[in-house]
Amino acid sequence: MAGGGASEVFFKGASQRRDRRWALVASYACLTVFVIFFLFPPYYMLVTSLKTNAEIAALNTNPWIIEQGMTGAHYVHLLTETAFLTFFKNTVIVTVCVVAITMVVSVLAAYALSRLKFWGSGLLATGIFLTYLVPDSLLFIPLFKIVGALGLLNSYWSLVLVYPTLTVPFCTWIMIGYFASIPRELDEAALIDGANHMQMLLKVFIPVALPGLIAATIFAFTVSWAAFIYPMAYLYSTDQLVLTVGTVTTLIRGDVFHWGGLMAGALLAAAPPVILYAFLMDYYIAGLTSGATKG
Amino acid sequence: MAGVVLEKLVKTFDRTEAVCGIDLDIADAEFVVLVGPSGCGKSTTLRMIAGLEEVTSGAVYIGGALVNDVPPKDRDIAMVFQNYALYPHMSVYENMSFGLRLRKYPKAEIRRRVAAAAEILSMTDLLDRKPRQLSGGQRQRVAMGRAIVRDPQVFLFDEPLSNLDAQLRAQMRTEIKKLHQKLRTTTVYVTHDQIEAMTLADRVVVMKDGVIEQVGTPHELYHHPKTRFVAGFIGAPAMNFIACRLARNGDNLEIRLADSLTLAMPTDRAARYEAHAERDLVLGLRPEHITEGGPGNGGGSGAALPVTLDVVEPLGRETMVYFTLAGTELCGRVSAETAARAGDSLTLSADMTHMHLIDPDTGAVL
Repeated sequence: MAGGGASEVFFKGASQRRDRRWALVASYACLTVFVIFFLFPPYYMLVTSLKTNAEIAALNTNPWIIEQGMTGAHYVHLLTETAFLTFFKNTVIVTVCVVAITMVVSVLAAYALSRLKFWGSGLLATGIFLTYLVPDSLLFIPLFKIVGALGLLNSYWSLVLVYPTLTVPFCTWIMIGYFASIPRELDEAALIDGANHMQMLLKVFIPVALPGLIAATIFAFTVSWAAFIYPMAYLYSTDQLVLTVGTVTTLIRGDVFHWGGLMAGALLAAAPPVILYAFLMDYYIAGLTSGATKG
Repeated sequence: MAGVVLEKLVKTFDRTEAVCGIDLDIADAEFVVLVGPSGCGKSTTLRMIAGLEEVTSGAVYIGGALVNDVPPKDRDIAMVFQNYALYPHMSVYENMSFGLRLRKYPKAEIRRRVAAAAEILSMTDLLDRKPRQLSGGQRQRVAMGRAIVRDPQVFLFDEPLSNLDAQLRAQMRTEIKKLHQKLRTTTVYVTHDQIEAMTLADRVVVMKDGVIEQVGTPHELYHHPKTRFVAGFIGAPAMNFIACRLARNGDNLEIRLADSLTLAMPTDRAARYEAHAERDLVLGLRPEHITEGGPGNGGGSGAALPVTLDVVEPLGRETMVYFTLAGTELCGRVSAETAARAGDSLTLSADMTHMHLIDPDTGAVL
């Protein structure tokens, strides 16, 4: 009987190992499909941006590989003959300003809404989230009037003013969630230790909620880097355009698409977010709060 | 250092009264433990002393000064929380020095104080660690260190040992007691664990439903409880309560249990209970006063209780026996060497010199 029990355990162990192997095979198979699916567009951009115009236009070549020799001509053209660097500079200015404004406003708002229990704070928090639900394709028309009245039409500063309407509500909500997860005893300990609200926010809340802060920063960055409708509506002269709209208006002339340049521009424009993600993901670690209280 | 005085202290949440007008005078250097079941208002009282809860009415004095409207940081108190409340992103050193740094103490002074506190708590080699690298006991020690470095007038402890396992809890209890003996800082300590209360306190405050049931030394509470609640709450296993009738038997009084079992009253107690003769009361008797009869067993003026054991619980040093008498489940204590098994019939002896009589209507111990 004892021997039977042992072999039962053995078979059970073996079947668990088999289950685990199948689970791994299935996960890798699914992951491979996803990776191919999501990496295909950047790969196609890269390949096309390195082809000559003749090869891009030829119908009898294989579109997935470079057959007639690589060229950097599209990149050179993009950087020297177009205002790409101006667009890039404008985008960086707008994005940096928007991220800064968003983080200051939403962190302060989130702290107030999650910790200073004032009359109507719950209602206000919900109200802020509701404003996020209004799509920008609907908002850009009334905002056009406002931007115009402020004399900011055809200036990228209009974007610095307008983008926070998209980013602040969402980031505030992310931060409210993270602040709410900070145990109240931590505030009380800081209060007894002698911290005022500003010190509590800067020295306790922000460091503890750093993963949330990074998530919110990434969101604000992505929104203002990739927005299309607002710059399309408010900007028209080359010196004010940002990457998204600038690349398209410069490289699509009437019905002529400069595919090589478009792909090169898209690839270069996508580089900063990719680098930022890769860099910040290391800091985006969950479980930073472990150890504060009984886990 | 300073004493703490609570005067007619009331705290109301919405419309429920959590603390209903308590008066308490805590002397300088005294260790006072607030104990009671959950929801009795003990934590709320502590939080009002800390300034974390607003006082609805009444007054809190620390060191003679009224502090009702003084913010926590200016009350010169330090608090240790149940779940430690350490700053997760700071090292042990930074955690302990945070309060001093906010108060702009000179660097050298901060270093000296942290080193001294770390020495007392024997955690000098942990100063560079982050809280998540520490065990539960070490985290609680850091929380205590954070309180010590401030050298406050009053220490407040809010169930600091509840998250620790039994062995560590006993060890930390001793450390807290040693700490108080060394620092002599006025301490208010909240717990629901009556053993912690008894072992740590100079005086224990037993609370129930927002009011103080009794204030006294551990010895007073154990031997002279004023209410049935205190009698039942303090001591483990809990005191036995048996419905009885106080009857006259000639000149003396005797206690009649429901099934006509009669226990003689010690003569020196008769005068005290004279006024309650011929009333239905509740007899309170601790398990250690229901023991094996016969000579040499400490039965004293024992009244014989013939019982049939329901459950026998050997604890090593002693054995607890449970039996039913007069329709009530009771607990007694016999020697560890007993041969008694569940189902055995036995005659136990009730030491009536330690009996309590309780008024069933008011719950007061007579």
